[in-house]
Amino acid sequence: MQITDTSRMTFSKVESGTGLRKALNLSPGEIIQLITDSGLKGRGGAGFPTDLKWKLAANVKDDLKYVVCNADEGEPGTFKDRVILTFFGELMFEGMTIGGRAIGASKGIIYLRGEYTYLRAFLESKLAKRRKAGLLGKNVLDIDGFDFDIEIRMGAGAYICGEETALIESLEGQRGEPRNRPPFPVNTGFMGHPTIVNNVETFAWVPCIASKGAKWFHNIGTEKSTGLKMFSISGDCNHHGVFEFPMGITIQELLEKVEGTDAKAVQVGGASGYCVPASQFDRTIAFEDVSTGGSIIVIGPERDMLEVAHNFMEFFVDESCGQCTPCREGNEKLLEGIEMLLEGRCSMQYLRELCSLGETMQLASKCGLGQSSPNAFLSIIQNFKSEIMGRTSRHPAGILNA
Amino acid sequence: MLVSEREQLRTNIERRIKDFGNNRSALIPVVQEVQLEYGHVSEYVMQVIADILQIHPVEVYGVVSFYSFIGHKQKGRFIIRLCRTLSCEMQGKDRVARQLENDLGISFGETTPDGNFTLEWVNCLGMCDQGPALLVNERIYTKVTPENVHSILEECRKVFGVHTLQAKETLCKLPTPAE
Repeated sequence: MQITDTSRMTFSKVESGTGLRKALNLSPGEIIQLITDSGLKGRGGAGFPTDLKWKLAANVKDDLKYVVCNADEGEPGTFKDRVILTFFGELMFEGMTIGGRAIGASKGIIYLRGEYTYLRAFLESKLAKRRKAGLLGKNVLDIDGFDFDIEIRMGAGAYICGEETALIESLEGQRGEPRNRPPFPVNTGFMGHPTIVNNVETFAWVPCIASKGAKWFHNIGTEKSTGLKMFSISGDCNHHGVFEFPMGITIQELLEKVEGTDAKAVQVGGASGYCVPASQFDRTIAFEDVSTGGSIIVIGPERDMLEVAHNFMEFFVDESCGQCTPCREGNEKLLEGIEMLLEGRCSMQYLRELCSLGETMQLASKCGLGQSSPNAFLSIIQNFKSEIMGRTSRHPAGILNA
Repeated sequence: MLVSEREQLRTNIERRIKDFGNNRSALIPVVQEVQLEYGHVSEYVMQVIADILQIHPVEVYGVVSFYSFIGHKQKGRFIIRLCRTLSCEMQGKDRVARQLENDLGISFGETTPDGNFTLEWVNCLGMCDQGPALLVNERIYTKVTPENVHSILEECRKVFGVHTLQAKETLCKLPTPAE
């Protein structure tokens, strides 16, 4: 059943424009303090404190700074940004404008993934309306000397470009290969200028915080993970769609809400996330426990976990940028290993070697893709060994039957 | 005056690069537009872009070969991209894939001999709650079943009919923000 009900979301209760007006009445320093008080952390999944990112960029002296919105939502199972872009684009634009004010940038760029090209014209028309209304362009809201405009740039079908330095490389017209860090984008970002890169949802929360107050946001969730979060729910449950829950919700509570309690596992955080078995459903979804950018895939009792792992490894083999060896070669080896397991040709000795290779990849890969690609493999091997070893043949129905 | 196709192509590209500000950061938007207009980025185009931007053609090739929506091989007029990630797999993408192959007579990664359709896999289209999902050029189809694959293909084929221009107009008339 399809029940993305946008009218019940906080985003639809915040009148567009109020947050922007309130925030732009503050000084840049006060805006950053507001974000600090709210405890907002990056909603793309990494959970980096937004205020710290903004403060670092604000402290660098440069005539040119950039605000980049990461709308390259490529993580399997994530679609909340599509819903935000479709229904709450205004809030995201406002968040970017507030960010521009906070760090002293006059240019915003939305990096929209190629798969969402059908949203481009729609967003462009919204931007045009905002320019007409004086919400973008020269002297935004008649504030002297605050110029801010937003441009949309398209991605071209590369998952890795969701990584912030790869995204910047792509904006500069290069292959989307992650950079070494440091220097961080807050110092040396787009074209060598200070740049903040934030997720669509992070920007959308900013005007809500400005409008409803930092305290409101801080009082929701846990100590380390404050506020509300949008979740993309798919898989074997009765309610699919985007839901808003407070951070710190347990997996069990979440499953009850979406009616998927008979699940044998939940993949939290997409392909690069963890596969949580039923025995651990009391764990919480928060940056300090199981972290996610919003992707929740419920895996029902009749699914084959090895096929799940196979799907993810095929994904990573395809999407590895090929720059560093652990990721490029490691993912190939793990996929090969899964195929051996599927055919029942893998010894325990070799499986151990594969697991140790996975751990090496987590340590030695250059960017988040390679560091997290073995997560699903390792957690599935660890938790579902009885299902995986000693198979006699690959099941013809694929993922459907265990 | 007689203008050769190549000269025309060159002026076309020069104009586009100028529109995007004549620097390296223009590279991806320009190759995207070329891809859209000509269906691929040929070696000649790569050479021209490299000349204008004063970079090595290998750098252009590096970019063209990196991104999955850009390529140097000629593709069909309609590129059908079926999502292969987990949520769509759980909702039956394999059967949709089989039916697409049957109806088009090609495998994934191939183009029909008449140059009309290309069939490709794609990673997560962000329609996990409404899978299986596929993209036809820029248009998204959700909850695709093996039996409605045919009507999607027919919708494309209509474009080849008598009222080509008009049909193209309706098929490209977007945005239809999903949901």
